[in-house]
Order: sequence, then C-alpha cells, then structure tokens
Amino acid sequence: MSESEERKPVEVLRTPVVLDYTYSAGQSSSRHLRAFGKGKLLGQRCPVDGRVYFPSRGSCPQHGVPIEGEPVELPDRGTIVTYSVNRVPSENIDLELPYAAIQVLLDGADTILFHVLGESSIDDVHMGMRVEAVWKPEEEWDDSVANIRYFRPTGEPDTPFDQYKEHI
Amino acid sequence: MPDVTHSLTAAHQLAYTYKRSLGPVLGRFFTGLRDKQIHGVRRADGKVFVPPREYDPETGDAMEEMVAVADAGVVVSWAWVKEPRPSQPLAKPFAYALIRLDDADTPLLHAVDAGSEAAMSTGMRVKARWIDEPAGAITDIACFEPG
Repeated sequence: MSESEERKPVEVLRTPVVLDYTYSAGQSSSRHLRAFGKGKLLGQRCPVDGRVYFPSRGSCPQHGVPIEGEPVELPDRGTIVTYSVNRVPSENIDLELPYAAIQVLLDGADTILFHVLGESSIDDVHMGMRVEAVWKPEEEWDDSVANIRYFRPTGEPDTPFDQYKEHI
Repeated sequence: MPDVTHSLTAAHQLAYTYKRSLGPVLGRFFTGLRDKQIHGVRRADGKVFVPPREYDPETGDAMEEMVAVADAGVVVSWAWVKEPRPSQPLAKPFAYALIRLDDADTPLLHAVDAGSEAAMSTGMRVKARWIDEPAGAITDIACFEPG
C-alpha cells in the first residue's frame, strides 16, 4: 500500500460476527456420514408409509415415528428435480462461477440431496436430467457428503415429470 | 433395532463477514484513531459525545462538529472479567469499563488492564495504551491502563 493510500480517510469498517459451534450429528446422521466414508449411500424407510428418506435424520417428520429398520442402500445416480444457477461469488464456496446447485432425487429415494453439477454447461442443466455421482479419489474420502465431488449428466433420457413431481 | 454408534462431531463456524460504511462522523472517528487521536462530536450547546453520534439522541438533529478529546479520563462504571474469552480484548483478567475522557461528556466502553480487580475503582484515572501500528479501528487502543 502506498503512503497516499494509507492516508485516505477510513470509510469502511469490517465487523464480522463469528459463532463457533461443535456440531453433533447424532446417531442416524453419523451412520449416514460413515457410510459415505465407505462410498455407500444409505437411506432409511419410514415404517408407516415406506417412503425412503435420504439422508435420514432418524425419524419421520411426517408421521413423527422413529425410523429404526435396516438402512436402504441407494445407487449414486438419480434425477435433477430442480436447480439454481449461481453467479455470485462467496468466500466459503470454492467453485468456478457460474455453477448449478442441484437437487437430486436418487433412484429409490423419496427425498432430495442437495449438490452441484459438474462436467456440464449451465445452459444444458434442466429438470428431469439424469445424473451420476463423481467421487473423489478414495484416499481423500472422509465421513462426509463431500466425498462426492459433484454430479454429472449420464446422457440417459430425461425422467418424465410425472415420476418426480411429488418430490420437488 | 437401533445400532448404537458414537455420534460424529465437527467444528462448525457460522460467520457473517459484515462490512459497514462509516459516513462522515464515524469515518472521522476511526480515521482519528489511526493517528492515535480520539474524536467526539460537539452539539450546539457544547456537549461532547464520545464515541461520536451522527444524530442528537434527544432532538434527532444531525451533529457534525468533530472535536479532538484527550486519550485519558475517568472510570465511571466497570465490570471485572475473570475468565476472558478468546475474542475479548485481553487474554488476562481485565475490566470492561465506561470511561469518560477528559473534554468529553459521555463515556466510552473499553477494556482496562488494571492487573487485579482490587486495583479497579469508580473514579480512577486511566489512559489509553495504543498499539504500534494503528489501522483505523477501535482496537487501535489496545486497552486503557491506570495512570
């Protein structure tokens, strides 16, 4: 910084607000996250109506009952049910702009997974688009959804709207 | 049947990286701190507000006349902090104090490094301890100290 810049009047004040938490995932999410660490996607089935929650929080928000049955292993591919193109930079998101934030309905699941789209132009992203997960190299895996780097188009025909309209 | 597992935990920081535009009155205050000077704003009747306010809290009239005040004054109220938290001004026990600087009519909140609670008293005189390279922030004053 030059001497003249240093002497400019102070016009802006940085006033960050910082809250430090220790987040505890709980049993159900811990199991789900540990499965990610093994490259598996685990959902859970509601005992009342059989809907498959992914990720599961251990209880069904619709029926208010615990979800305790065997986990349901899901494939790492599905359908984009909705998306949003992001053109605004953010300090904590390390992605090249613009990118598409997508909501993916995995095949066999009844709830959606929030992720990003890669290997595709934002001009091509659309509802019903078939996508598959692109994983990080296994040596970089953690107990984290970030083991999936992004989803990319599979090139399969689109899923008809009627098949996912209940899941948007 | 639930299989009992240990819950995963992770550090999670929620942070808002706010910046605010200061405007002419507070801008002058923070620019002054960079020069190791404290400024207040003078109302028409002569009352000096430190830290400066942009508007008279009683009438709502704009106030613009900036005046330099002393960097020493009197403690008018205080609270002792036995176990400082990481974000607080000093790492060792200190007092948060309302300090009425000489030439000012309203008190400024800052930290006092008195060494011990017993050394603190209402009415005691304190003086600003400035950091070596002020940047235009309230933290340009490291704290106040007795004297």
